[in-house]
Amino acid sequence: MKSKTLRLYAFAYLAFLYVPVLVLPVFSFNNSQFIAFPLSGFTTRWYGALAADSVLRHALSNSLTVGIVTALLSTMLGLAAARAVTRYRLRGAGAALGFISLPLFIPDIVLGLSLLMLLGAVGLPLSLAAVVLGHLLVCVPFALTVLIARFEGFDKNLEEASADLGEDGWMTFWRITFPLMLPGITASLLLTFITSFDEFLVAYFLSGTEATLPIYIWGQLRFPERLPMVLALGAIILAVSVALVIAAEYIRNLGVKKPMVGA
Amino acid sequence: MPNKGQSSSEGYGLLAPTLVVMGVALAAPLLLMVLTSLQAQSGPGFAAGWTLDQYGAVLGRASYRLLFLRSVAISAAVTLVTVALAYPMAYFVAFHAKHKFIWLVALTIPFWTSYLLRVFAWKIILGYGGVINSALMRLHLIDQPLGVLLYNPFAVVVTLAHAWAAFAILPIYVSLEKIDRSLLEAASDLGDGPLRRFLRITLPLSMPGVIGAAILIFVPTTGDYVTPALVGGTQGTMIANLIEVQFNSVGNWPLGAALSLVSMAIVAVIAGLFLASARAAAKAAR
Repeated sequence: MKSKTLRLYAFAYLAFLYVPVLVLPVFSFNNSQFIAFPLSGFTTRWYGALAADSVLRHALSNSLTVGIVTALLSTMLGLAAARAVTRYRLRGAGAALGFISLPLFIPDIVLGLSLLMLLGAVGLPLSLAAVVLGHLLVCVPFALTVLIARFEGFDKNLEEASADLGEDGWMTFWRITFPLMLPGITASLLLTFITSFDEFLVAYFLSGTEATLPIYIWGQLRFPERLPMVLALGAIILAVSVALVIAAEYIRNLGVKKPMVGA
Repeated sequence: MPNKGQSSSEGYGLLAPTLVVMGVALAAPLLLMVLTSLQAQSGPGFAAGWTLDQYGAVLGRASYRLLFLRSVAISAAVTLVTVALAYPMAYFVAFHAKHKFIWLVALTIPFWTSYLLRVFAWKIILGYGGVINSALMRLHLIDQPLGVLLYNPFAVVVTLAHAWAAFAILPIYVSLEKIDRSLLEAASDLGDGPLRRFLRITLPLSMPGVIGAAILIFVPTTGDYVTPALVGGTQGTMIANLIEVQFNSVGNWPLGAALSLVSMAIVAVIAGLFLASARAAAKAAR
């Protein structure tokens, strides 16, 4: 009986999560520039308008660049740091981890503004490189969390066996460590890319004249006549993200089977 | 085999690049922020000498105090609502769902689209010609669209409870999933009914997840800028909006820096007190 009520609640909660998100695709196909019910027929013209918008394409390419660079850098930094704290007994490792995780506890607006002040003080221009630096703050703690979990669930003996069998450190890394870490690396790259791609506030302060996609979207929200187009963009981002997540899950399952989580 | 000293220097070498990046991008900017907050704006530059004037202004002005209070109150409400709504959901997945993995994916998919647009969607739902108003009009429950749904603290709480739901569901689910099922059987065998068993075993053992979720939600939402700006109206403005104005429109960086630091300190103190009391409660219960 009780489990039936709970199931009902679960579906109601799912509706609460999905209704606002489904508003995006629904109105992106609605043949009216007003975002209100009743719907007034099907159209794909908002998607056509998107394809024709060169400002949008520029913002998209900026966001992809920033996202890819941030994902690669934060995963490399995270990989080195995660290895350091899981494989070596280092004095002060706890404090270092705390320091690296600090951005999780600082509002994004403070991270963005304090970097803005630093760039001003040392005379560096606002740029996409500055956005990457800001995004590293947000992404490295995520990468580190994912990768530490992976290193901890990883059998050290395999590396030692490889060394005993005469492989040097580099070969051991490529033949043992890297393949075993691949699922963690994939997860870290995906998580940090999506985080950077979606990050608005830090980029808003640091990007200068080079808008990223969220900054472009923020600018469009002020113009009611542009809204259906922005919703079409949101629907596309949703579809691509879901495809990416499913692809990552598929890759993860191709890799080493990991033990089942939980009971 | 490398000797111990050599191997630990190798470890520090691996840690160094991350620490350097964090030092440059986090520690130095925060230090600069502290220094800036101790100065006074004078035209485009700063006046000579150090001063505590900014902190006096931040703490002394009633309108600022109100904004701090409101930000904390809204975030506390968001935290409470989000965790309370997510707990039964996580409980269902951990104990009753047949296809756990599919449920977890289904619960996280809504978070894979733009944060800005997820927040904006609530403007469409709560707005004058929005989903709720049109539905109520269609059902003839109201003649005029309700204007009270949007541009107030309520709209901010609902929107943030939606935007941060995954941060509650996942940690609570993980801590529920970790509970040793034999403890539950033992409680039942010893005569506990379902409710008593939940209160004595499941709830206390899932508290780490609840506390983690609360911190993960409370800290960032206090500093949220987008949601109050889009759905908050004048009554739902929060501290981040005021900080942004100081930097972008007013051009008073020292005041903006002091506001940032004071709000960080308030959040840190509240989060610290919360963690300490949670720990004390856990000790007392043991």
